[in-house]
Amino acid sequence: MSELTGKGAGELAALMASGEASAAQVAQAHLDRIAAVDGEVGAFLHVDPETVLAQARAIDERRAAGEELGPLAGVPIAHKDVFTTTDMPTTAGSKILEGWRPPYDATVTARLRAAGLVILGKTNMDEFAMGSSTENSAYRTTRNPWDLSRIPGGSSGGSSAAVAAFEAPLATGTDTGGSIRQPAAVTGIVGMKPTYGGSSRYGLIAFASSLDTPGPFARNVLDAALLQEAFSGHDPMDSTSVDQPVPAVVEAARRADVAGMTVGVVKEFSGDGYQPGVAARFAETVALLESLGAKVVEVSCPNFTYALPAYYLIAPSECSSNLARFDAMRFGLRVGDDGARSAEEVMALTRAEGFGPEVKRRIMLGTYALSSGYYDAYYGKAQQVRTLITRDFDAAFEQVDVLISPTTPTTAFPIGERADDPMAMYLADLCTIPSNLAGNAAISVPCGLSDDGLPVGLQIMAPALADDRVYRAAAAVEGALEDRWGGPLLAQAPDLAGGAK
Amino acid sequence: MSAITRAEVAHLARLSRLALRDDELDHLAAQLDQIISAVARVQEVAAEDIPPTSHALPLTNVYRADEVRPSLAPEQALAGAPAAEEQRFRVPRILDEEA
Repeated sequence: MSELTGKGAGELAALMASGEASAAQVAQAHLDRIAAVDGEVGAFLHVDPETVLAQARAIDERRAAGEELGPLAGVPIAHKDVFTTTDMPTTAGSKILEGWRPPYDATVTARLRAAGLVILGKTNMDEFAMGSSTENSAYRTTRNPWDLSRIPGGSSGGSSAAVAAFEAPLATGTDTGGSIRQPAAVTGIVGMKPTYGGSSRYGLIAFASSLDTPGPFARNVLDAALLQEAFSGHDPMDSTSVDQPVPAVVEAARRADVAGMTVGVVKEFSGDGYQPGVAARFAETVALLESLGAKVVEVSCPNFTYALPAYYLIAPSECSSNLARFDAMRFGLRVGDDGARSAEEVMALTRAEGFGPEVKRRIMLGTYALSSGYYDAYYGKAQQVRTLITRDFDAAFEQVDVLISPTTPTTAFPIGERADDPMAMYLADLCTIPSNLAGNAAISVPCGLSDDGLPVGLQIMAPALADDRVYRAAAAVEGALEDRWGGPLLAQAPDLAGGAK
Repeated sequence: MSAITRAEVAHLARLSRLALRDDELDHLAAQLDQIISAVARVQEVAAEDIPPTSHALPLTNVYRADEVRPSLAPEQALAGAPAAEEQRFRVPRILDEEA
């Protein structure tokens, strides 16, 4: 790791602003790091050094010309392969989109470019963002930098691995049921799911439209806030985009205090199924919050125990509809078009070959839940549960400022362990799903290592549009823990360079 | 009793436009049965008179002015097409599918 790749986004931006480093030097240092470690880590699906350096040199030229640049200008970023990019392929981890070059940029992509961020490449992911381990990618296995035999989380596992392996100081992700927070937790970094509608879905390849939320990954809370601020805000191209000012997340991350805050511990997210080391780190963090001046109370959210089954009806239902667009007619893969087969036959052959097993499972599950005769018992009931979960949050937030829980019940599990056991895989999102169903803001911040030496995440949840509150509390926890550890948690990760571990 | 039969799974595959092999159907039938049995827990919740939520945030329809704006050129729109002809998407026959 070079001196530059060890630095966070804010530090790099300051070095470039003062002229101590150029964007081209910073980009080259990260390209070198990718070349050195990504063979082992497998975070990226696409990196084109020439495109990267051209972006960086353009920033250096603009700065040299005296142009006023944004707070993250020249900072490199890894971009999840679910966002469309005109200058790079976009596959969403699926064979059905192999080699596809989108004709337009996602709003998030366009805002990264406008903010002067240098896009290093596209990161690996579970196919169409369906999964918790990135094993559902059609292209490659991504490994956890803490232990290369383990998963980096998912679906945004390429992004979490890239940031944890110091291949990028920042990354984008999307969170539909936990796909930012869970990978952040298991790789020892910060991952934030903004309020639904706070970040644009335009150009984000849709999985479950009422849940999908773009958000940031970073190695510290302030960097995550800087990135969220850079790509958030109202987008007229997304009809569900919130037309309100972006919460003052950067200011909140700098404030970093919980004094006088009331923190609620979600009673339902404890007990059996939680790894002892995860429960222990969580309990210590609760005590830490009290020592920092927060009042901690236990809160019951009884319907949260139904969040997982409700989610696995709602998300597959929406996906079965959204993925109907992959019809082999206008873009993407087409197989079996021999001049004799009908469009419908070609469509069915293409989808069978182009989609992986988890995507097929979810499309069929959604088709089932939406079928006449089953709709009321499954999809309709799940939508009622969604109301009850939102009411549980509303009642809780009348008593407390934020809710906390472990981000995920266990540390990173071994690659392959849950690959063909969907229900075991789904449990990884047990604690993160409620905030997707209710649409509120939630973050994962590192809170220590479990007995197995692997990172544990603390989840902090706040009401919709109170993203700033999440950052304020997360930064306070981070500051206190780093004082205790004598530095960031990632400093304890094994060294990848030279093939160690 | 299983929540879903193999014949129902084969029907779902047809509705989903997925030409699955027999071994895939066998494997999926067992997994879908397990998943459906698990998610059926939502039926335990007493939800009489509870309105459904389809969306997390209260939304109203969003309109924009009906104005001509720049859009994709034909060659951009067709750039990712599996087959194109005379500025159009070329597709397999769509008529007489049921014949």
